[in-house]
Amino acid sequence: MQAFLRDAQDFLPILLKGCVVTVELTLGALVLSTLLGFVWALLRLSPTRVLSLPAIGIITVIRGIPILVQLFYIYFVLPDLGIQLSAFQAGIIGLGIAYSAYQAENFRAGIEAVDPGQIEAAQSLGMRPALIMRRVVLPQAIRVFLPPYGNTMIMMLKDSSIASAITVAELTRGGQLIAASTFKNMTVFTLVALLYLAMSLPLTYLAHRLERAFGRK
Amino acid sequence: MQMISVRNIAKSYGDHRVLDGVSLEVGKGEVVCIIGPSGSGKSTLLRCVNGLESYDEGEVAIDGEPVHRERKSIHAIRSEVGMVFQRFNLFPHRTALENVMEGPVYVKGEPRAAARERAASLLAKVGLASKLDAYPAKLSGGQQQRVAIARALAMQPKAILFDEPTSALDPELVGEVLKVMLTLAREGMTMLVVTHEMGFAAEVAHRVLFLDHGRIVEEGTPQQILADPKHERTRDFLQRVLKPV
Repeated sequence: MQAFLRDAQDFLPILLKGCVVTVELTLGALVLSTLLGFVWALLRLSPTRVLSLPAIGIITVIRGIPILVQLFYIYFVLPDLGIQLSAFQAGIIGLGIAYSAYQAENFRAGIEAVDPGQIEAAQSLGMRPALIMRRVVLPQAIRVFLPPYGNTMIMMLKDSSIASAITVAELTRGGQLIAASTFKNMTVFTLVALLYLAMSLPLTYLAHRLERAFGRK
Repeated sequence: MQMISVRNIAKSYGDHRVLDGVSLEVGKGEVVCIIGPSGSGKSTLLRCVNGLESYDEGEVAIDGEPVHRERKSIHAIRSEVGMVFQRFNLFPHRTALENVMEGPVYVKGEPRAAARERAASLLAKVGLASKLDAYPAKLSGGQQQRVAIARALAMQPKAILFDEPTSALDPELVGEVLKVMLTLAREGMTMLVVTHEMGFAAEVAHRVLFLDHGRIVEEGTPQQILADPKHERTRDFLQRVLKPV
C-alpha cells in the first residue's frame, strides 16, 4: 500500500496533465457532435428527399464504422489527401463526427416526440417553420433528448480514451507511457481507472439532475 | 365580398374521395355550422380553409385572398384566420398568458407590454382572469379550450375556424366553452364551426350545412335543417344524434 502511494505521488502529476487533455478532448468533441448531430437531425427530418436521404446516408455510414477506424482514417489517411491535423485536432474531429450520428438520432427522437397538433396550432397562428422550431418544437423536444444527452456525455468521456491510439496525450495514453517505462501496471491503471471514475461522477450527477428536471411529464 | 369562400374543392386520399366538390361561403359576421357523421369530411374541409390540408381541385379564398398551402402567402393568411382545435393544442411549456401572447409577439412583432395587457384582457373576457400564470396541465379541458379561443382572438382574426371545439370535453364543461363562442357570435365574429352541438347550431348559426360522404347534402337556416330536414340522410343523422338510443 505504501509503495502504491509513493508511486501514485510520482505518477499523478503526469496523469493529471492527461486528465486536462481528456477533458478538453471530451468538451471539444461534445460541442462538435452536438452541432453536427443537430444539423443531421434537421436534414433527416426535412420533407425534401434531397436533404433527408443524404442525412440518412451520413448517419448510417458514421454509425457503421468503429470509432477507432474513423480516428485512424482522419489521422493517417487525410494527410495523404493534403489535410494535416495534429493528433489532438484529429481526436476532436473524429470523436465529434463519430458521436454526431448518435446525437442526431437522439435529437430526432426528441423532435418527433412533439405532438403534431402543436405544430398545427403554431401554423394556424401564422408562424413560419424556423419560428415553430425555435418557439414550439425545440423547447418541448429538449425534455425528451436531455436525459440521454447526459448519458452521451459520460460515454464520450470514456470513449475519449480511444484517441490514445492516435497518440493524443490524454489520460489513457499517459498511463500507457508510464506503465511501459516502469512496468507498474497495477498502480498505473488503477490510478487511471480511478481518475476516469472521478471525472465521470460529476457528469453522472448532472445526467441524474437533467433526468429529474426534464424526464418527467 | 365573402370572408370565406370555398369553390368546388375536392380531395382524395388514394381511392377515397374525402371531399367531393364542396362549395360554401361565409359572409362577414356570419356564423356557419357544419354538421355530419364522422368521416364525412367536415374536419378536412375546415383544415383546407387555412391550408393545414392541401386540396386537389377547386379554390379556397379568405377575404378574396387565395389559400394555397405551398405558397409563401399562406403564413400571412393563417395569421388572419384563427383556429380552435378539438384537442386544444395549447403550448404546454408556456403559461395561459404566454400562450395568448405568442402570436402577437412572435408573428406580428407587437411590443411585449402591449401584447401582455391585451392577452390579460382577452383571458378575462373568456373568464380566466385568475389563471394568467397557470400552465395548461393545471387547467381543466374547458379552461384550456377557452385559453385556446383567447389565443386565436389575440391575432385579431377576420374569422375563426372551430374544429369540434367541445368534442374532447367532459359534458359538464361543454357549456362554458359554448358560452364564450356565443358571445363571440353576438359580437359579430365570422365563424365556421364543425360541431355536434345541435343546440348551439340551432341558437347561434345563421346557416347550417349537412355534410356526408364529402358532399354538402343539405344547407339552410337552423330551423330548416334541424327541425324540418328535406333529405333522408339528414333526417337519419339527426335522429341518431338527438335520440341515440
